[in-house]
Amino acid sequence: MSAEDILVSFQGVQKSYDGEQLVVKDLNLDIAKGEFLTMLGPSGSGKTTCLMMLAGFEPATHGEIYLDGRPINNVPPHKRGIGMVFQNYALFPHMTVAENLAFPLQVRKQMNKAEVAERVQKTLDMVQLGEFGNRRPMQLSGGQQQRVAVARALVFDPELVLMDEPLGALDKQLREQMQYEIKHIHEQLGVTVVYVTHDQSEALTMSTRVAVFNDGVIQQIAAPDVLYEKPDNAFCAQFIGENNTFVGEIMSVKGETCEVKLVDGSVVTSNKIDAASAVGSRTTLSLRPERIEVNPSAKSKYANAFEGTVKELIYLGDHIRTVASVCGNDEFIVKIPNSSEHASLSVGEKVKLGWTVEDCRALDA
Amino acid sequence: MAIHPYSTVPQRAWHYSYLIFCAIVFFFLVAPLVAVIPLSFTSGAFLIFTPEMLAFDPEGYSLRWYRLLIGDCSDAVVTTVCSDKWVRGAKNSFFIAICATVLATTLGTLAAQAISKPYMPFGKVIMAMMISPLIVPLIITAPAISLWYSELNLTQTYTGLVFAHTVLGIPFVVITVTSTLVGFDQSLMRAAAGLGGGPVYNFFKVQMPLILPGMISGGLFAFITSFDEVVVVLFIGGLEQHTLPKQMWSGIRQEISPTILSAATILVLLSIVLLTTVELLRRRSDRIRGVTGR
Repeated sequence: MSAEDILVSFQGVQKSYDGEQLVVKDLNLDIAKGEFLTMLGPSGSGKTTCLMMLAGFEPATHGEIYLDGRPINNVPPHKRGIGMVFQNYALFPHMTVAENLAFPLQVRKQMNKAEVAERVQKTLDMVQLGEFGNRRPMQLSGGQQQRVAVARALVFDPELVLMDEPLGALDKQLREQMQYEIKHIHEQLGVTVVYVTHDQSEALTMSTRVAVFNDGVIQQIAAPDVLYEKPDNAFCAQFIGENNTFVGEIMSVKGETCEVKLVDGSVVTSNKIDAASAVGSRTTLSLRPERIEVNPSAKSKYANAFEGTVKELIYLGDHIRTVASVCGNDEFIVKIPNSSEHASLSVGEKVKLGWTVEDCRALDA
Repeated sequence: MAIHPYSTVPQRAWHYSYLIFCAIVFFFLVAPLVAVIPLSFTSGAFLIFTPEMLAFDPEGYSLRWYRLLIGDCSDAVVTTVCSDKWVRGAKNSFFIAICATVLATTLGTLAAQAISKPYMPFGKVIMAMMISPLIVPLIITAPAISLWYSELNLTQTYTGLVFAHTVLGIPFVVITVTSTLVGFDQSLMRAAAGLGGGPVYNFFKVQMPLILPGMISGGLFAFITSFDEVVVVLFIGGLEQHTLPKQMWSGIRQEISPTILSAATILVLLSIVLLTTVELLRRRSDRIRGVTGR
């Protein structure tokens, strides 16, 4: 991305709370204008700290954060002009919904009363709460409060909106609905969103790009499909979606592919991803459960085909989750789509399992 | 502790004796106050229930001691000197108490803010010092204040009395506001800052309305403390700073007159009004906080 497209830039940012342990280690990240960037990671991975540094609630220990080309380390939060949605919504309980939305407009003193009222109403309509302006936050349901919080972060037309696990407190169905709503609002307004979550499906659903955090370091930053299909390392493969892993030793390397000898002696041909690993080094093979074919027909030529034993079958409606024992891995998962001609298996049965070289990725150990 | 269908005889007996005990405690607490009120309407000159009063004869009752209280000397009274001392005392008391309350509430709230910050160094020590006037006996504090203020030429001045009463009132404000701040969701202040409000603007717009019940109830305690206070006034107050409690004190010592009962009746009513206000505010804060649910 070119320099003028960049809205936020973290450059060599470090953060330590106690002066000894780094919560964020040397973060370098550019966020483009109009992007929906999600910071995804387990708790304690440093993602929320990054958001708080960007919002100005936590100072960076080292490095500099730029907003629209301007260094903002010494700019207090209220002068950064960034909208923020908090995990607990942080709506002002003593004000009505409309007063909550009017707050950022009144602070700025750039609009008269009528303009403020009009803008508030327009924003409430956008989140389908047009009728609720006179209610107090506590008279609304969780989902409605969530929408008010989003509306309040957007009402003053900020270029950048930060969201800190905003859907964490909602039930599953509402959460999914809100994911689509936030995504649509983002598309409609073209505002830049930085979103923090530990829920990988939320990240995949909404984002333009996802930055996977672990241990204070970005492990991989990529579009959702790339992240899911082409994880760079074992952590990303494990953290996003379901994943089968084999541990083994590289026997030979041939261009993009390599042959890996597993613990039980079987040899798997796979796509070599981790540049550092050479012949003789240990590697983790990653394989998505839906990319495995059960009892492949004779005409399909899978480079990898192994005999396994079915250990467990779980009926999940749209697919059947099968746990098998293959190549020394007793928890090998295969997702069999519930189509009209799917293989019908029974526990204890011997099956052939096949997968391609491309779907099997040899990552770091 | 209620009576259940399965309560045994000793349990029932215990329950009734408990109720009787409570009634007796209540009676001993309230009886002197209740006795004071009718007695303040006596037409006699002494602190006794006259036969006319006991017979509910209108002749036995009058407002003469109330007239005396407000400095109306139209009744001929031999036993009590008629002067404007009560009115002056009341004015002084209100003036000093209001000034001290405003100061104590402002300073106490600021102190509570600082003490409540998690990174405040020596927060506990500072808290202990702030509330020490509540623990140290007044008879020790008062001479200390007197000695110190005479160095500063603050004795026998309104400023000195207001400052001394502010010190006595601050602990109440610090305690109530600190406990209110525990329930205050700090992310509201972050949200307000994120939305563009400066720290001072956010305090008045967001935090103060939510902690106001704590500030007001602390302020009321500070007000009552100052309004009731006699020891410090005796030590550092001059002739000018003649307050209501000081007038009652000298009234009791120099003349036994029903005027003091009239004053007491008015003070009882004032206390009831203030305490009712505290209770109503507490309910309001409970209502707001109860539904925010955090």
